[in-house]
Amino acid sequence: MSQQDGFDKRLRDARAKHGMDRGDSKLPTGAWGVGFRAGVEVFSALVVGVGLGLLLDRWLGTWPWLFLLMFVMGSVAGILNVYRLFTPRRLKRD
Amino acid sequence: MAAEGKAIDALSQFQLATSLGPIGASVNFTQSNLYMVFAAAIILGLMTWGMRARAVVPGRWQSLAESAYEFIHRMVTDQVGDEGKRFFPFVFTLFMFVLVGNMLGLFPYAFTFTSHIAVTFGLAAIVFVLITVVAWSLHGKKFFGYFFPEGAPLWLAPIIVPVEIVSYLSRPVSLSIRLFANMVAGHVMLKVFATFVVMLAGLGSVGPFLSIMPLTLNVALVGFEVLVAFLQAYVFAILTCIYLHDAVHLH
Repeated sequence: MSQQDGFDKRLRDARAKHGMDRGDSKLPTGAWGVGFRAGVEVFSALVVGVGLGLLLDRWLGTWPWLFLLMFVMGSVAGILNVYRLFTPRRLKRD
Repeated sequence: MAAEGKAIDALSQFQLATSLGPIGASVNFTQSNLYMVFAAAIILGLMTWGMRARAVVPGRWQSLAESAYEFIHRMVTDQVGDEGKRFFPFVFTLFMFVLVGNMLGLFPYAFTFTSHIAVTFGLAAIVFVLITVVAWSLHGKKFFGYFFPEGAPLWLAPIIVPVEIVSYLSRPVSLSIRLFANMVAGHVMLKVFATFVVMLAGLGSVGPFLSIMPLTLNVALVGFEVLVAFLQAYVFAILTCIYLHDAVHLH
């Protein structure tokens, strides 16, 4: 069993060395900090979505349809950002 | 300065004005730029003058410079892996610039250049361009796999691709807003409570005693702001590292 543990540790070290596993990100984890981060993520995704929608509308002359569509996309992206904030991404090679 | 009349003027501290007299005015050299130059000079001074001794047992300045170096070096290698070492100068510059900028802003009469979205977004845009160029040059066309995860059903592509693109583009926005909002909020709070001190002090004979309350709060807030100044520089640097990791390894 101890040999097995040693192997796991070596594998982990080797993976960490080549950047396949990310180290703990140790981001601040206070309730306010997490709340603020989540808010910023949603807000910025909305800003980008709405901004893109408005730009595309102005370019293609389709006001307000792309704006509405991209507003929804921005909201979804914001929720996705928050989801990713709380679930550390697993690597495909696992 | 703060309490003109009865109004609390918390936002005028972020106003730009030209500095360095007529020369600065003619080229629009603001106090924000001046403090950026200060920050660069301080970093340069710390790394050259501080490391001048090159002692085996470091002195105060040398150990400060060394620990800053080691801190970021460990962060980069932990987050990005061995390939990350080539990004160390970039992340180190970014971290030190933001950190010294935040800390400089806490001195009385100083200007906080990280409290302007133009500055923070400029820094975040550099990060964004870098991660895109790195991902593109390392992976070529596979970079687009970023926007469509393998194994997802193809009919979902019209939804997933725009969402992923918006999510990718929101990175520099969230990076810049986080730093800017934290700095603005902190400095506004400091200014508001400092104004309370002045206002309460003018309230007859009990005023000076009452004004001790906001003063105590302000002392605590300054300590808190030092923490925030470091934490936000750290968050900026570590998110840059995480994005670099994604760029180097594509997820």
